Amino acid sequence: MDLLVAQQINKKFENHQALTDINLTIPEGSIYGLLGPNGAGKTTFIRIINQILGQDSGSIYIGGELLHPKHIKMIGYLPEERGLYKKMKVGEQAIYLAMLKGLSRSEAFQQLKHWFEKFEIGNWWDRKVEELSKGMQQKVQFIVTILHKPKLLIFDEPFSGFDPINANLLKSEIINLRDKGATIIFSTHNMSSVEEICDRIALINQSKVILEGKVAEIKNNHRTNLYQIEYQPESLSFDSSFPNKFQVIERKETLMGKQLTVRIEKEQNTTELLEYVMNHARLLQFQEVVPSMNDIFIKTVNNSSNNTKNGQN
Amino acid sequence: MDKIKLIIAREYLTRVKKKSFIIMTILGPILMAALMIAPVYFSTISSGEKTVGIVDESGFFTAGFKNTNSIKFKTLNLEIDDAKKNYNQLGVDLILYIPQPSYTFPHHVILFSSKQPGMNVESYIRTSINNDLRQLRLKKEGIAPEIIEKIKSSIDVNTVKLKEDGTEEEQMAARDLILGLVAGIAIYFFIFMYGAMVMRGVIEEKTNRIIEVLVSSVKPFQLMMGKIVGVALVGLTQFLLWVVLTLTLVTGAQYAFKDQLTQLQQDNIQTVIQTMSANNPTEMTFENSAALEALNAISTINFPVIIGGFLFYFLFGYLLYSALFAAIGSAVDNETDTQQFMLPLTVPLILSIMLAQNIASDPDGPLSFWLSTIPFTSPIAMMIRIPFGVPMWQLALSMTLVILGFFAATWFAAKIYRTGILMYGKKPTYKEIWKWFRH
Repeated sequence: MDLLVAQQINKKFENHQALTDINLTIPEGSIYGLLGPNGAGKTTFIRIINQILGQDSGSIYIGGELLHPKHIKMIGYLPEERGLYKKMKVGEQAIYLAMLKGLSRSEAFQQLKHWFEKFEIGNWWDRKVEELSKGMQQKVQFIVTILHKPKLLIFDEPFSGFDPINANLLKSEIINLRDKGATIIFSTHNMSSVEEICDRIALINQSKVILEGKVAEIKNNHRTNLYQIEYQPESLSFDSSFPNKFQVIERKETLMGKQLTVRIEKEQNTTELLEYVMNHARLLQFQEVVPSMNDIFIKTVNNSSNNTKNGQN
Repeated sequence: MDKIKLIIAREYLTRVKKKSFIIMTILGPILMAALMIAPVYFSTISSGEKTVGIVDESGFFTAGFKNTNSIKFKTLNLEIDDAKKNYNQLGVDLILYIPQPSYTFPHHVILFSSKQPGMNVESYIRTSINNDLRQLRLKKEGIAPEIIEKIKSSIDVNTVKLKEDGTEEEQMAARDLILGLVAGIAIYFFIFMYGAMVMRGVIEEKTNRIIEVLVSSVKPFQLMMGKIVGVALVGLTQFLLWVVLTLTLVTGAQYAFKDQLTQLQQDNIQTVIQTMSANNPTEMTFENSAALEALNAISTINFPVIIGGFLFYFLFGYLLYSALFAAIGSAVDNETDTQQFMLPLTVPLILSIMLAQNIASDPDGPLSFWLSTIPFTSPIAMMIRIPFGVPMWQLALSMTLVILGFFAATWFAAKIYRTGILMYGKKPTYKEIWKWFRH
């Protein structure tokens, strides 16, 4: 079942089109990545889901229902611009924010106790936020976001400003939540940070979705058929007798030996290449060159802008 | 609705629990009470008695000065030059020199002193000499002293307003002016203090970057109204505490200094009587009647209308302006950027305070009417008019317009607010704010 469906969303600011005909479907229980450079329109889309902004046209459905203020309490949102009241006490503030989401005081208190202990910040309950380190403040923000057990969690640039330890803690908690049934939307321009945990992604550029689908499928569609072999040559004839049918893209000296980047067309077989190498050299490493989401993004952007240019011509 | 209550509670509690609030609440009444008590107290302890030596070349006045508690007179049978030379040995603080008049009566006198003689001494001597001179002149014209006493008069002008229903109401301009001014100034301060508090609160939420977390849970309008109402309650709490504490302190002080106060009142009465010229039983009754009149003035104040009007304009004046203050706060990133947007708000407020005198001198004139009708100036202007009595329809019109003004300002502010709170970075221009409003 699809938790969130966006149909033909358009949003225009002053003299700037923020979203153009956005159609997205986010399956329940998935981790969905909204990727794209700064200013692409990701945050605007997220703010529309959170009902902070209204769309100019189009509709959004959550669990099959048209988006409505009552849905606020089933969404947890960690915005990119996030902070806390500096002068307020941590516990008091967490309870206030939880109650604004619709939790009762006692419910909020119980939940918070659990999470504060889990994240090892229990001792800080009665301290002012300004006394906390940035990492601890981020933990508090994260707890407050997920406390009311939202069905849909939205993280805008979640890892910006997190240290690696906290970022890992966050990742594993997010996967935990997904396993318990939550649907998660990630929005980030830092694509490498989320590609490993996203099930599906949408690439947004200049207000439009330019690519959407399962991460595995996208990667498969963008295979380059390039392979890297690292080896220590054992016979001098390695290069001279190298089979011609393999197109060598690049030759490199490495610390351990030599490296070749070779194109192998789909119909061909990698075994033939491996056999040759194993007979003529000591094989150190053999791997397929998998394009990163970043590479795919750049390629897609270039293609789409070429297309529009061609279209204009 | 529950969410707005939560917001109001937070805004209220965080401010009321602040140290600065508690300090201000305690310090305010102490300062106010001190302002009321200090003059009384100081006049009792520092009744620095002054001795005035008189060198009277004219020979008219030697008997004309009556000693008071703080001024003692002593005739010096010396030439003025000798007196000046021996100033330090004479044991007097001042030398009053009345020179030989060139024509019948002197036109001026001179006070010699090593220090400033002080207003009290000067004015006492001036009044005293003037009274004596008047009597001397009249006597010289051959008018009998009994007649002089008889023609002494002090007339009171009482204005009585004839109302349309035929009843009469006594008017007391001085009392009305003081009442109106005090109430108007109180509203002025309240609007500025607490309006700025709302503005700072909005800026704080922006700079702490918590605003987007909040508006994902509640509507921006709820957030804005919650803050405005919460701060209004803080203001009312502080005001109420000030009134209660000030009254307690003043009453307490009056009780503690009871003896000095009665003494002082007697002194005052005595001084007045002496000034008005001496030993006249009719003057005593005049004093009594003045005291009665003061009592009468207080008892005839239309308290329900004035207190009701004050609370109304106090509240709605604040609500109208604080919505606009919130809009300003949402548009900027820090307090220094607020200056240019504050100007349109401060001008009408300062204008109504500046024109307070004009309103009071012609409370039913066109200036007063318009200032007390336009919502931006009416909280202060109408408050100055109310003690003088305002036609019902004008009051109703003004109140309706303030309420409408509040709704309009809130609607206008909310539109700017919901865009402004998500804007970071550059300082907006008026043009951009107008665009946010139109959006």
